[in-house]
Amino acid sequence: MTEFLFFIEVVVSGLLAGTMYSLVALGFVLIYKASSTFNFAQGAMVFFAVLAFVGFMELGLPFIPAFFVAVLLMFFVGFCTERLVLKPLISQSEDTLLMATIGLGFVLEGLAQAAWGVEVRRLDLGIGDFPIQWIIDTAGLFISALDLTASLVAGILIIGLALLFKYTKMGLGLRAVADDPGAASSIGIPLNNIMLVVWSAAGVVALVAGMMWGARAGVQFALVDLALKALPVLIIGGFSSIPGAIVGGLIIGATEKVLEVYIGPFFGGAIEGWAPYVLAIFFLLYRPEGLFGEKIIRRV
Amino acid sequence: MNSKFSFLGYTKGDLFNFIALLAVALVVVPLLVQSEYWYSSILIPWLCLALAAIGQQIVMGYAGQLALGAAGFMAAGAFACFNLILRVPDIPFFVALMLSGLVAAAFGVLFGLPSLRVRGIYLMVATLASQFFIIWMIDKFGWFKNYDTSGIITAQDIVIFGKPFTSPQEMYFVIVVVVTLLTILAINMARGSTGRNWMAVRDMDIAAESMGISLLKTKLQAFAICAFYCGVAGALFAFTYLKSLEPVAFDIKLSFKILFMVILGGLGTINGAFIGAAFILLFPVLLNSIGNNVFHGAIDATIISSIEQVVFGVLIIVFLIYEPLGMAKLWDNIKQRVISKIAPKSEPLKQKKT
Repeated sequence: MTEFLFFIEVVVSGLLAGTMYSLVALGFVLIYKASSTFNFAQGAMVFFAVLAFVGFMELGLPFIPAFFVAVLLMFFVGFCTERLVLKPLISQSEDTLLMATIGLGFVLEGLAQAAWGVEVRRLDLGIGDFPIQWIIDTAGLFISALDLTASLVAGILIIGLALLFKYTKMGLGLRAVADDPGAASSIGIPLNNIMLVVWSAAGVVALVAGMMWGARAGVQFALVDLALKALPVLIIGGFSSIPGAIVGGLIIGATEKVLEVYIGPFFGGAIEGWAPYVLAIFFLLYRPEGLFGEKIIRRV
Repeated sequence: MNSKFSFLGYTKGDLFNFIALLAVALVVVPLLVQSEYWYSSILIPWLCLALAAIGQQIVMGYAGQLALGAAGFMAAGAFACFNLILRVPDIPFFVALMLSGLVAAAFGVLFGLPSLRVRGIYLMVATLASQFFIIWMIDKFGWFKNYDTSGIITAQDIVIFGKPFTSPQEMYFVIVVVVTLLTILAINMARGSTGRNWMAVRDMDIAAESMGISLLKTKLQAFAICAFYCGVAGALFAFTYLKSLEPVAFDIKLSFKILFMVILGGLGTINGAFIGAAFILLFPVLLNSIGNNVFHGAIDATIISSIEQVVFGVLIIVFLIYEPLGMAKLWDNIKQRVISKIAPKSEPLKQKKT
């Protein structure tokens, strides 16, 4: 019985950790949905946003104002990206845009480090990364409060974004642009504004994801590498689907924990580093559009 | 007026270029450059990384497959070379080098398989798997590191025909020979039917396939050759520049660096790989010396490396917007302008084929 309970615990902690990946993946999906641009800089945006937030707190701003200043900063980043990077590259191939966002990622990483330094910062959200006593007592499971908060925040963000996409006029515009940018702009949907909104929203999502990750692992450069893990999440969930980002994150989180605990010891451990990518390759071979992807990607 | 002179398919101009370059590399450079610093910190890493960049260029610039795992293949080559020299008695260095390239090529084929079904970002993720997997494998299985626990293994000396090549200058000669041969080979492949197949697949795979080009063969070939070049480059990098073998040296940062060399140097050109590698390698050196000499160390080293990152990122965006063909194209433009200034009345300049 304890064996089984342990398995459940591993799966649950994996699922909760997976929501952290989902939070990062969400930013990717937002931008991909609206512009079919794959934003490789999302990881750097996570790092940049949370470092800025911590930086503002260190300047003496209280929590909430610092959060809003960081949000404004991310709006500005989105604005600059749209004007300086995306607009000149409009109607270029997807590969070109992808390379441009890699460049953008380097710019953001460099700027963040130049402005706020390279040392690891602690971020205290007031939520401890320790198991909740109440759950231990009732179910016998060790579940971290931070994990639980992160999944709650992820849930709220997803519901919010889904409502935005589905029921607002702007959401309709977003979907129209995603479908066919040419047609959308010909009937008067302001393409630039839509891009601005999307990049700003992705920036805010990045900030939230960064705060969650930062509270767990410290605000440091490794966040950028963690964000790379969102890539297999996207492949499994599908690039254009918000629910896909969530389910993909859960699958990756649970699978990598289970593999690490039960199979890892046979290989000397630390298979977490590559297992998600290999899982993604299998998905690519059998279901390249992902679980929830809308359109089938171009087979070659 | 076209002279029909050719030797093994090369024109007169090509042969002249090759001989001139070899003369510069083997005679002029050793005469001019005396300081060990230049060999061990600039020329040797430049040539090694340029070789890896040629590999990346083949798979990305010529075959159009967005791959991001060059450093993983380099690690495979480096450790293959280490083990071959360690375990096979009296193996000649060049044989070990070529065999380690082949080992890397096997990995290239394995991780190139997803390219048959996907492209773009999807392929990038698939190749990232190779990067993480190879490094992990070397790290976790003691056999690859000869059960060394210190984490850093000293590379064996390079011995060719009983003569050890240990000083930076001697190593430089070894590298020049290998890089020259492989570069000529790469130019050959890029020009010949192999390269035309790659470019056909890059430009329009369906059209290429309908003309009878096998996508399977062409893509896997590109991946295998890319990995071969990276493997040889990795072995040289470890044996001559790092002088030690550690998986950490071949992390994803190096993969990004090689990717940047190719993008900045110019996609689809062999000389772009050399120009890009020189830039990526020399720019930080330049920045550091500005920091030390102009600002006398007033700027923190971490700030300098951040500035370096920002500049690389900005340059990538700027080049993608204004000159997608990269520095190689800029160089060509300058050359053409100088030539037309010097000899304005000569025949119309031949368009350079890319």
